[in-house]
Amino acid sequence: MPSGRPVVYLDHAATTPLRPEALEAMLPFLAEHHGNASGMHSIARTAKTALEEAREITAAALGCQPAEIVFTGGGTEADNLAVKGAALAARLGGNGDGVVVTAFEHHAVLHSGTRLERDGFRLREVSVTPDGVIDLAALAEALDERTVVVSTMLVNNEVGTVAPLAEIAALVRERSPRAVLHTDSVQAMAWADVARDAAVADLVAISAHKVGGPKGVGVLVVRRGTQLQAVIDGGGQERNLRSGTVNVAGIVGMAAALRVVVERRADDVARIGGLRDRLRDGLISAIPDARPTAAGAPMVAGTCHLTFPKVEAESLLLLLDRDGVCASAGSSCQSGSMDPSHVLLAMGFPKEAALSAIRLSLGWSTTDADVDRALEAIPAAVAQLRDGSRARSASRTRERSRARAGRGAPRSPGRGPS
Amino acid sequence: MNVLVAMSGGVDSSVAAALLVKAGHEVTGVTLKLWGGASDSGCCSVSDVEDARRVAAQLGMPHYVFNFADDFEARVVDPYVAAYAAGTTPNPCVACNDHMKFDRLLTRATELGFDAVATGHHVRRIVDGATGRLALHRAVDAAKDQSYVLYMLGQAELALTLFPVGHLTKAAVREHARRLGLRTADKAESMDVCFITKGGRERFLADRGVLEAGPVVDGETGAVVGTHAGIATVTIGQRRGLAVAQGERRYVVDVLPAERTVVIGPKRRLLVPSVKVGALRFVDGLPLASGTRVEVQARAHGVPVPARIDVPPLDAVDTSTDTSAVDTGADHVVVSFDEPQPRIAPGQVVAFYDGDRLLGGGIARQESR
Repeated sequence: MPSGRPVVYLDHAATTPLRPEALEAMLPFLAEHHGNASGMHSIARTAKTALEEAREITAAALGCQPAEIVFTGGGTEADNLAVKGAALAARLGGNGDGVVVTAFEHHAVLHSGTRLERDGFRLREVSVTPDGVIDLAALAEALDERTVVVSTMLVNNEVGTVAPLAEIAALVRERSPRAVLHTDSVQAMAWADVARDAAVADLVAISAHKVGGPKGVGVLVVRRGTQLQAVIDGGGQERNLRSGTVNVAGIVGMAAALRVVVERRADDVARIGGLRDRLRDGLISAIPDARPTAAGAPMVAGTCHLTFPKVEAESLLLLLDRDGVCASAGSSCQSGSMDPSHVLLAMGFPKEAALSAIRLSLGWSTTDADVDRALEAIPAAVAQLRDGSRARSASRTRERSRARAGRGAPRSPGRGPS
Repeated sequence: MNVLVAMSGGVDSSVAAALLVKAGHEVTGVTLKLWGGASDSGCCSVSDVEDARRVAAQLGMPHYVFNFADDFEARVVDPYVAAYAAGTTPNPCVACNDHMKFDRLLTRATELGFDAVATGHHVRRIVDGATGRLALHRAVDAAKDQSYVLYMLGQAELALTLFPVGHLTKAAVREHARRLGLRTADKAESMDVCFITKGGRERFLADRGVLEAGPVVDGETGAVVGTHAGIATVTIGQRRGLAVAQGERRYVVDVLPAERTVVIGPKRRLLVPSVKVGALRFVDGLPLASGTRVEVQARAHGVPVPARIDVPPLDAVDTSTDTSAVDTGADHVVVSFDEPQPRIAPGQVVAFYDGDRLLGGGIARQESR
């Protein structure tokens, strides 16, 4: 249990604390400005005005037109709309049936792909290199003229590697001219100029809560001319692409967060990247066999992903939590338990190594003191686990072997009812 | 003490946690995720994890999930299927206690610096004040006693284990949970094997390709009198569910795995004077001497019967199955019943008691008749 000291939060890739600017922007829309942006009266107009202002701010942050912004209920929903919506539109248009994703996409994309496969599409999963980057030769091989959707993430959520999206796009345009290119940029937005780096994609997904905004809000950029079918039907909000009363407070909060992100991104990347390097280098020097993941690939500034051989991440994370350090293994199932990460398995990690990996993800709220604390806590926890497993493997095994039957066994007198 | 309590999401482990908190221990809850398969009925379902998590939150203690699904499949489920395929009757809850709760979990708890692991089992751990040795006694609530499925615990495990509800009746446990307002107070008990889905055991085994139909033979006459769906569908001593019409009541008296044959006969053919028991464990760590008189229990809620333990002479020891037998003595004992008893299906646990005190136990051996 955290013992009075402030908790060190190193799980920004899971979710970030709300930025104060976002909270402040949201509060009026959780209180007096409660209108439905689709209405015609004064209360509704206030909401509608705020919604459209937020759309403009969001479009500026993403380098697109306001009319190309579709607000969704989060990053997962944006990915679903992109992958399924583009595939369904292509089928209606008779353009083909091929869906291509990378093997280490977020499950929002992977599971959308498998659902499409059940519905009759051809799904191809493109392999990734041990350094956590798409294998371009494998991509080229997977693409054909009947490919209708290609989905490749800009930044991987677990290991933080950055994809060569321009090269990917060039291959897709050349080999699959009818394909729609989607890029899940949920983990990129805090660190990279998505407006520039994802400009080659037709569809771009982001999520508010990864950048200091609220949970339950996301965006899909739908470039003009991109054919898309809705996956949620209803009142026709968001240009018929995402029905449902819009989450005005959440969207306003996201826009406020995005404004701060874009303004401060260069400074944040420099500051947090420095903290991350100090954390990683400090851990490697304190734990010599710690291995940084994807060391040779371009990586965002906030992610420090490591494996500690012969240490179970499940145990390590528990010890860190008790010491007030929040980290994760990057992959959690519904019950909150750990399965080997599909990302690491796709990168060719053996299962045991995948279960000894932890992700420390820094973000806008991370301080120098946080890194100091982590550099104390993590080596201590790793040492405790290694000492503990050595000490016990001897004692209980010995005790057990004694418990077998012995002949005659004079040492057990007078036992049992006689 | 710094205690890790294994919380299944049921009322017993909820109250175990509550009692430890009340006693002033530093308590952490953990739920084991054991089965990645389709079952949502057992101790590893999402809703049970959620119940455990909510109870832990109510008690103000942290809660975690340990994913032991790989080990569970390799050390509990696969052997379960293999045992049925070989014509024996496994007890997967015993295997789970042996390999998961009182091995892997204990190991991890020790590594994490916990002083003890507590569970909601109904059994009493008693320290001998004079010797410091640890004993395991039947629960206060005899109907809920679980000492049988814990026959494998030795001094090393007991030194690290607490059973806070063993001195309470089930009714008292529920009453305690109600008083504390725990959401699990009136939760139904799980009775089934946790990884078996709604289709039941036969479906589970059929899906794994171990059911193969074969003849049912009358042991008296040698005549084929019917068929069975697979030797895994019958257990020695079983009376019902045989697809044969007979005048006298017939029981399964033998299963011949090699011939996929089930042998039936009248009750007297079921009775045996003794059983060989291997894979022995003794609570005190020391084996029982030849001639020791014990009470023997061969089913989870079976009635104990008086018997005598004999260690076979050394030349009868089968050293091929247990390489340590040469050094430490016999790898099995012969349990001779005072009165002939229905044959114990091979694979079943045979536990030895002195009154309420568990002495140890083992696994009934396959014996040719």
